[in-house]
Amino acid sequence: MSIDTATAAKVAKLARIRVEADALPALADEFNMILGFINELNEVDVSDVEPMTSVTPQRLKRREDVITDGDQQADVLSNAPDSREGFFAVPKVVE
Amino acid sequence: MENLNSLTLAEGRDLLRSKDITSVELTEACLRAAEGGGALNAVVHHTPELALDQAAAADSRLAQGDAPAMCGLPIGIKDLFCTKGVSSQAASRILDGFRPEYESTVSQNLFDAGAVMIGKLNMDEFAMGSSNETSIYGDAVNPWKLGDKQLTPGGSSGGSAAAVAADLCLAATGTDTGGSIRQPAAFAGIVGIKPTYGRCSRWGIVAFASSLDQAGPMTKSVRDAAIMLEAMCSHDPKDSTSAELEVPNFEALLTGDIRGKKIGIPKEYRLDGMPDEIEKLWSDGSAMLRDAGAEVVDVSLPHTKYALPAYYVIAPAEASSNLARYDGVRFGRRAQLDAGDGITEMYEKSRAEGFGTEVQRRIMIGTYVLSAGFYDAYYNRARRVRALIKKDFEDVFASGVDAILTPTTPSAAFGLGDMAEVDPVQMYLNDVFTVTVNLAGLPGISVPAGLDAQSLPLGLQLIGKPWQEGDLLNTAFALESAAGFRAKPDNWWSSV
Repeated sequence: MSIDTATAAKVAKLARIRVEADALPALADEFNMILGFINELNEVDVSDVEPMTSVTPQRLKRREDVITDGDQQADVLSNAPDSREGFFAVPKVVE
Repeated sequence: MENLNSLTLAEGRDLLRSKDITSVELTEACLRAAEGGGALNAVVHHTPELALDQAAAADSRLAQGDAPAMCGLPIGIKDLFCTKGVSSQAASRILDGFRPEYESTVSQNLFDAGAVMIGKLNMDEFAMGSSNETSIYGDAVNPWKLGDKQLTPGGSSGGSAAAVAADLCLAATGTDTGGSIRQPAAFAGIVGIKPTYGRCSRWGIVAFASSLDQAGPMTKSVRDAAIMLEAMCSHDPKDSTSAELEVPNFEALLTGDIRGKKIGIPKEYRLDGMPDEIEKLWSDGSAMLRDAGAEVVDVSLPHTKYALPAYYVIAPAEASSNLARYDGVRFGRRAQLDAGDGITEMYEKSRAEGFGTEVQRRIMIGTYVLSAGFYDAYYNRARRVRALIKKDFEDVFASGVDAILTPTTPSAAFGLGDMAEVDPVQMYLNDVFTVTVNLAGLPGISVPAGLDAQSLPLGLQLIGKPWQEGDLLNTAFALESAAGFRAKPDNWWSSV
């Protein structure tokens, strides 16, 4: 399974990272090298093995579905690059 | 008293409790050392005012006889921990200017125990790296040098390792996803322990790979590691994977008596082309444990060679998900946009300029292995292999082995820039002995055990059973006593 520049472009798009067209061939090469290394996993017989979901056998705890905090608008917005009138501000999303 | 900054935690604690020194004196010594240690680039956000406030508060607690373990002891905090009101940016441009409105559980636990923070410490960006060369702050530098050549302190907790080895603080926090506490500890000649997954709360620690990340202490001795680990651990309802277990008094378990313990030597860790010095260090270490009364046996961990490839599927997959939150909306950096740019351009430009090369590479690898059509072939297969790696350890422990001894790293510290031209996979090989421990969720500790022919420190790793950090620390204590590592780097960095 070899990654071409079109696939590299698609992955960059999915990851929401802008990659200029002239950087795609080098990126594809890197992916191929790393995937070549990862492909060693194909040597392992994993039939009858369940994918690990948790490293320690534990049942995730549950709690009442109730509000435990809130009323922290200023704190929540304090690190926003752009906020207005109590909201996060972003470029226009819908025309 | 001179050079208070070179004390261990245990020594500092005893001198504070006996009123021979004050926390303010001790803190001022560390602040001076940190201020003068700029050449190491270990401390990236200095917090002298906070430190002196905390020290004064610690002194009044000490005066009242209310002196918990860490009371008045100056430490450094890795930049990955969110510290309230203090820059916390995971060594990334994308978190430029981020000042959390909250405190991570681990740093809060340390402050509750009286610890003093002298500053935030350098690291690889988002903890992705093995040499501290991916940091937005620039390289951290190892206090150990090779002639005039500057060496890496390892990574990702490179600033923590450099700061502790150079006595800029008494100890530091680190985090470990694939070896990021143990490898830098080995490179800098200090002790570092990654506890069992779930011992330390991950809440407030910038997430890299959530099923692997654990915090731990980086210290000048095993005793210090025991003291500081106890202060860091807790059950935390804010981390659903945090273990609801009593935290033992680890220091009280340091007897040094390991008679009758069974130590396993895994044959798969004997790599082709392993330097003779590493081989010798390893066999010396097993001889020391045998002389201390332990039984040393050969064991097999058959899936070891698949640990790194499995890690480089699982960790990037989790990272691609965790780092999706850096979108230029709620915190951190937003790119300058051109007229007509919409929200997609904002995401793509902010992430392209905010993340460094290695972080981008791992996010995209993670995106690929999770994408439709490849999820089973890569991600699920890696998780199946991970289950086999964990079972290897379970089988060894079930056979009566108490701990496993390995080298921590395949080499001593290498030069800064030495790996710039090699492919990323070569850098990943640094974690070959440590990454299995994260995949299996086990506790692992690196103990400085000797110097190589070039007089650089080398570490040995002990791997323990889940939740048996006390027993593991005791074995490490016996190894530390037998190895008698006392070497310190010559001070070339200090400008005061």
